[in-house]
Amino acid sequence: MSTAEHNVAGTHDAHIAPHHEHAGAHVVPGWLLIGVYLILMVLTAITVFVSTMDLGQYNIIVALGVAVIKASLVALFFMHLFWDSKFNSVVLIAALIFVSLFIGLALLDSTAYQPVIKVTPVAKVP
Amino acid sequence: MSTAEIEISEHGQAGHDPHLAHHFDTLEQQYSSAKLGMWVFLGTEILMFGGLFCAYSVFRHNYPLVFSFAAETYLNTKLGALNTVVLITSSLTMAWGVRAAQLNQRMTLIVCLILTLMGAAAFMVVKSIEYTAKWNENVFVGYGNRYNNDYGGKEKADLPTQASGGVPLPATPVTPPAPTDANALKDVSQIRPRYNSPEGLVIPTSKDVVSLTPAEKEELVNERFHALPDQDQWRVSVFFSCYFLMTGLHGIHVLVGMGLITWILIRAVRNEFNSEYFVPVDLVGLYWHLVDLIWIFLFPLLYLIH
Repeated sequence: MSTAEHNVAGTHDAHIAPHHEHAGAHVVPGWLLIGVYLILMVLTAITVFVSTMDLGQYNIIVALGVAVIKASLVALFFMHLFWDSKFNSVVLIAALIFVSLFIGLALLDSTAYQPVIKVTPVAKVP
Repeated sequence: MSTAEIEISEHGQAGHDPHLAHHFDTLEQQYSSAKLGMWVFLGTEILMFGGLFCAYSVFRHNYPLVFSFAAETYLNTKLGALNTVVLITSSLTMAWGVRAAQLNQRMTLIVCLILTLMGAAAFMVVKSIEYTAKWNENVFVGYGNRYNNDYGGKEKADLPTQASGGVPLPATPVTPPAPTDANALKDVSQIRPRYNSPEGLVIPTSKDVVSLTPAEKEELVNERFHALPDQDQWRVSVFFSCYFLMTGLHGIHVLVGMGLITWILIRAVRNEFNSEYFVPVDLVGLYWHLVDLIWIFLFPLLYLIH
């Protein structure tokens, strides 16, 4: 962030340059917001389109991959993380790491308490 | 603001910005502290939703066929996609509103907030249409679900005999017969693999279930339903527990967001925000984007299952 965009609050510079943020925040350019919005729309269309195709196990990977890209765009640009103090990103990533640990560890032994014994697939009936 | 600076603030300090609390050195420090606090709150929100995502992951991992049956049969992808578009659009107007507040554009801020509010309302309208459809199709949550063992309403699903209380009787442990055993082979159709495998079940699928007549649809639903492993059939109701808890908690967040945006809108009409003081707009914006963020994951996980 350049110093011109990053005026300290309460200085008279801030009043002279009204198009720049005063309290340390960054003003996102309008074209960027529109651009991110259009990309999000395209990604939504892609994820709906891909779901109509049968890619086997790759369907879920594509769906979640697109969702992660969309979420990153929202977090970085709509939520200002791209320009913010990196500590805010650390808080978000920490939450995501703990959720991943939670889900990952739960999935590790989720099949261990079933009332039904796992039956391995057998050969097809001729 | 320049007139405010020379006034005596409520804390009796001359030259003190009226929006700067006395325990902060600068507005910048106050602003970044507020944002950090909001992010910590958003982190806890993600952790709260994480519990539901965890339940979803475990159930979908264990019963992939149940999930694909329930989602393909009952969830309307078009309405889900429409809600995704509506919510992302309202995220854009919210982000634009924050930008307008930062640039002292009061009217733009007001218009953006009204548009965001309309987007949120549209989302809830679509959501209520979907919930009504679930109610009419007897696939509501818990005992209101025709696949639940204790369901008492009409059109209960044709479930295999099970103990009451929603818990199936432990199935007799089944030993897979050796493929060469001719007698055992007859019973292979009774033994269905619990995992989606190349040898596993193929659920008859048909696009645009919505366009079928009710009788055709019922027939198709039954056909697909009975293709599910017997011991998993009642778990279709578990999918709807996941669906209603996840979208319901998200919907509550949308309602809370509508309240917050209304509050910000009233303050904007009162001209309380300007380029030096817009923290509430920014923080409510962050909250609203988080609601969008959660939906970005809910949509493919619930509506786009195959």
